[in-house]
Amino acid sequence: MTAMTAKDRPVLAVRIAAYLQQRARWSPLEIAFWIFAFATIWLFPTKYLILKDAAILALFALSLDLILGYAGILSLGQAAFFGLAGYLAGLVAKYGIINEPITALICSGVVAAALGFITSFLVLRGSDLTRLMVTLGVSLMLGEVANRYSNITGGADGLQGVEIAPILGRFRFDLYGHNGYVYCLIVLFVCFVIARRIIYSPFGLSLRAIKENTLRASAIGVPVKWRLVAIYTVSAGFAGIAGGLLTQTTAFCSLDVFSLERSADLLLVLIIGGTGYLYGGLIGAVIYKLLQDWIANLTPQYWQFWIGLVLVAIVLVGRERIGGGNAALRAAVARLGGRMTSRPAALGGAAPDGS
Amino acid sequence: MPILETIGLEKRFGGIVAAHDVNLTVEKGARHALIGPNGAGKTTVINMLTGVLKPTTGRIMLEGRDITDVVPHQRVRLGMARTFQINQLFLDLTPLESIGLVVSERLGLGGEWWRLIGTKSAVTEEIVEIVERFRLTDIMHERAAILPYGKQRLLEIALAFACRPHLLLLDEPAAGVPEAERHELLATIEALPAEVTVLLIEHDMDLVFSFADRISVLVNGTLFADGAPEDVARDPRVKAVYLGEELDA
Repeated sequence: MTAMTAKDRPVLAVRIAAYLQQRARWSPLEIAFWIFAFATIWLFPTKYLILKDAAILALFALSLDLILGYAGILSLGQAAFFGLAGYLAGLVAKYGIINEPITALICSGVVAAALGFITSFLVLRGSDLTRLMVTLGVSLMLGEVANRYSNITGGADGLQGVEIAPILGRFRFDLYGHNGYVYCLIVLFVCFVIARRIIYSPFGLSLRAIKENTLRASAIGVPVKWRLVAIYTVSAGFAGIAGGLLTQTTAFCSLDVFSLERSADLLLVLIIGGTGYLYGGLIGAVIYKLLQDWIANLTPQYWQFWIGLVLVAIVLVGRERIGGGNAALRAAVARLGGRMTSRPAALGGAAPDGS
Repeated sequence: MPILETIGLEKRFGGIVAAHDVNLTVEKGARHALIGPNGAGKTTVINMLTGVLKPTTGRIMLEGRDITDVVPHQRVRLGMARTFQINQLFLDLTPLESIGLVVSERLGLGGEWWRLIGTKSAVTEEIVEIVERFRLTDIMHERAAILPYGKQRLLEIALAFACRPHLLLLDEPAAGVPEAERHELLATIEALPAEVTVLLIEHDMDLVFSFADRISVLVNGTLFADGAPEDVARDPRVKAVYLGEELDA
């Protein structure tokens, strides 16, 4: 019944293996992206503060993209992990529990991941709307806990008197923010490489399958719940590392790390940059920060109005870029009328944008 | 020992009885068809078998093991896979990726997050075998969304087959397939290996009588007749049900 002889089979197997692996290869565009990212250290020495903020926001958005773009979990509660790890990084430095910043950062991330693991069982029940509410609720609760125990957290005044030791005992956080920015960029890059590895693994493929069709995923033997728990935990860890970075580079932490705005900003960043191809959070974060900076210079009082206007325009013009932002709606559209936009498969190679 | 046995299977949705006292036995290696008019409860039964619905009462035994309380993805591991009446594909994935996913899940590699896909020869070799068996080789790089319907239908079955089930449930595999692509699909179903037991849920009588060596008839949620195709065809009650339905239509 087969059109091929037995001799052709190994050839085909090799071709298939090559094809599957080829998607995971770094494309020239990606390499250029990272070369430019590191070149900014020398190119824009006066912009370290905003670049550092963009790098932290990018990592934070990457954490949301992992669950939204690859597993279809909509969340308004990433700030819970960001905030928790932010306070932890501050407290361990303030009380000299862990002095070395990288160790402290990893510990904060691990604790945030643990919180992600525990809360995942609440979050992964129910639909998009339920998830939105539960994730939001968790971060509001944590914010209130931090407020209540102001003797530890400093309450509304924020956590004062944090002193961050030099990185690896050598690189001091300088006034110009040079070392802080390089530190953030390297952490972002390492996390990105891990995230990239994850999404091109069999585990990552199963996440895409779950996002595409949960019913079928479980019908072919994918343990859907555990896969979602796993990625939610990883995502929480990444969000935590972003929070830790913010505290370490500012030597300060305040209650607004838990705020709704912080989680909502992430959705905006992903709306700008797109979901499901990992670079969306990075590109979105840079654009968002630059836009914010530029508009705030023009009109310090009303900058949010213009940000809002830009967002409305982006959403109306480039609706398909939000893709994963409304998985339920997209699935419904796909069921009703097949794929509205069909993209040649060849283009899906380097940057599968999930639209 | 039969491969599948249901004992007093019943499903109620509120006051509606969708399935009542279904005692279905499927023998190992059989080509068994479950037929019945629209609304007879075929889909309810298959959903209970695969674990999508929980039966109100009754037990389901797979190879002598009680699987009534086993979650769907575990039933797959125990040797039962299904296809869907309406395609349930991963539209953004290519046949290669979808089949590769199923194979790696079955080999217990699906949780590996540190290894890139396409780097295990055990997986790629099995992908080759499956794309060839289901005649998907020339379109294996295309996204499932843009495949012709007949190919999508083949992929639908290929995904279930890649689970290496002992029992394969085919839910109306030929539904909606245009005449031109139908032959390829039926030939592929015919060519399924003999050691895989097939339970076919079907509406199309030509397909049922050409394929099945045993037929069970479900009417109003109850198993109505059960036997060899010739006997079922001769059964006056079955005729009445089908003729009655045709007269009503």
